[in-house]
Amino acid sequence: MSMPMFRPGSDPGSNFPELLKRVGLATTGGDSIGDLSVPHATTCVALRFTDGVVMAGDRRATSGNLISHRGMEKVVQADEFSGVAIAGAAGPSMEMVKLFQLQLEHYEKVEGGSLSLEGKANQLSMMVRGNLPAALQGMVVVPIFAGYDVRRGNGRLFTYDVTGGRYEESDYVATGSGMLHAGTVVKIGWRDSLDRAAAIALACRGLWEAADADSATGGPDALRGIYPTVAIITEHGWSRVDDAELAAVFEAIAGEVRSR
Amino acid sequence: MNMPFYVAPEQVMKDRADYARKGIARGRALVAVRYADGIALVAENASNTLRKISEIYDRIAFAGVGKYNEFDQLRVAGVRAADLKGYQYSRDDVDARSLANNYAQILGQIFTHEMKPMEVEILVAEVGVVPEGDQVFHILYDGTVVDEKQYTVLGGDAEAIGGHMKQAYVDGQSLEDAVREATVALAGAERKLTATDLEVAVLSRVNGRRCFRRMTDAMVATALGE
Repeated sequence: MSMPMFRPGSDPGSNFPELLKRVGLATTGGDSIGDLSVPHATTCVALRFTDGVVMAGDRRATSGNLISHRGMEKVVQADEFSGVAIAGAAGPSMEMVKLFQLQLEHYEKVEGGSLSLEGKANQLSMMVRGNLPAALQGMVVVPIFAGYDVRRGNGRLFTYDVTGGRYEESDYVATGSGMLHAGTVVKIGWRDSLDRAAAIALACRGLWEAADADSATGGPDALRGIYPTVAIITEHGWSRVDDAELAAVFEAIAGEVRSR
Repeated sequence: MNMPFYVAPEQVMKDRADYARKGIARGRALVAVRYADGIALVAENASNTLRKISEIYDRIAFAGVGKYNEFDQLRVAGVRAADLKGYQYSRDDVDARSLANNYAQILGQIFTHEMKPMEVEILVAEVGVVPEGDQVFHILYDGTVVDEKQYTVLGGDAEAIGGHMKQAYVDGQSLEDAVREATVALAGAERKLTATDLEVAVLSRVNGRRCFRRMTDAMVATALGE
C-alpha cells in the first residue's frame, strides 16, 4: 500500500471517512439489496447516574422470526470516554461502529487531541445520515451514543433517528424493538441520585422486562452463561461490568419475580 | 537557447546531502532506547505543543527531527497509511517494516527528483509482544533505512550522543534507567537537561492495545530523580 499524501488544498485533514473516499475504499450507501432478511439487533438502554452513564444491551440478533445470534455485542466502546449501543440491521450497524471507532482514533492521532463529546456525537450523526439510502431499503441503523464529558464533568446521552437527527436526552434513553418496555421500566425507576449498583440494576431490569414481552429481545441465558452487555463510563473511562456481577443482579430480579 | 551548465551528478548529490545534513544538525537531537517492557523515546524539545514524537498505530510510534512541517507531513501520511491498512485488512497486519519502506520510498524519491531534499531524519518504532519482536527503523533524508537493535540517535551531534549511549546501554534495563541515560547523553558533558526540556514517550508492551503513552513532566522528573 502506498502512503496517501495530498496537496494542501485537497487534504482530507483528520476526517477518516473522507480519506476512505479519496483512496476509493468507501462503501456506497445506496446499493439496492431488495428484500433480504438480514440479522437485526434489538434492545439497548442507557441512563445517567451520579458518576457517569450506564449502557446496556441484550445479546440477541434475529432474522425474521429466527434467532440468528445469541452472543452479539451491541454495546461497544467507541473510545476511552464513550460508547455506542446499536439497534437495527446488524451488518451496517457494525460497519458504522467500526468506522466510528476508527474515526475517533484517527482524529486523535492526526490532531494530537481528542474530539469533544459533542463533536463525537455530531460525527456519529453524519454517519447515520449517510446510511439513509440503505435505511430506506430496510437497513435501518439507530444508535445510542453515551459518554462522559471530561470538559463538563458529567455523563451525557444522545439518541438518533434514521435521518441522522440527533437528540440529547438528560436522564435515560432506550432504542430497538423492546424500547417501549425497557424504556418504561427505566423511566419509572429513574432517580437523580442513582449510584452505580442501582443504575446497573435498573438497566438490567429494563432489559429483563423487554425480553419478557418482546420476542426479539434476549434475556439472560444462565444455561449458556450469556448475559447482556453492560458497561459504565465515568471520569475513569470505560469499563465492562463482568458476568459474575450481572449473574447476581439477574438472580436478584428473578428472585423478586418468583416471590410475587 | 541557453544551455544549462554541466554539473557532475556526484556533485549534485553531495550538495543536496550537505544541505539536508546542515538543516538537520541545526535542530535538537532525539534518542530511542529499548528497555525491559518496550521502547523509550526521549527528545530535547522545549515546546509543549509541537511534538517530535507521536503515535502511529497500536504498537507503532513515529519520531522526527529537523524541519517540523516536513516530518509532520510524513507523520500524518503514516497515520493514514496505517489506519487504512488496518481498516482494509486487520489491525494485526499493520507493521513498522512496511511503513519504514514506504517512508524510505518517499524520502528517496524527493531526494533525487525534487529541487530540495527533506531536511528530516525519522524513526519508526514497533514494540513486539515479546522483547525479541521490538523493531526500530531509522530513516535518513535520502531514504537510507537502518535497522537498529538497542538504541538510535537522530539529529545533530549524533556521534557524541551515540558514543555515550553505547557505554551506558544495558539489555533489559528499567524505564527510569533508560530515560536517565538518554537524558545524560542528550545533554552532553557541559549541560544538564531537566524534565521541562524534554519530550518523553514510551511504547510499552504492558499498556494494552494502544502501547503508546506520553510521560508527563512530573513522571519524567521522578524518573530523573529530580
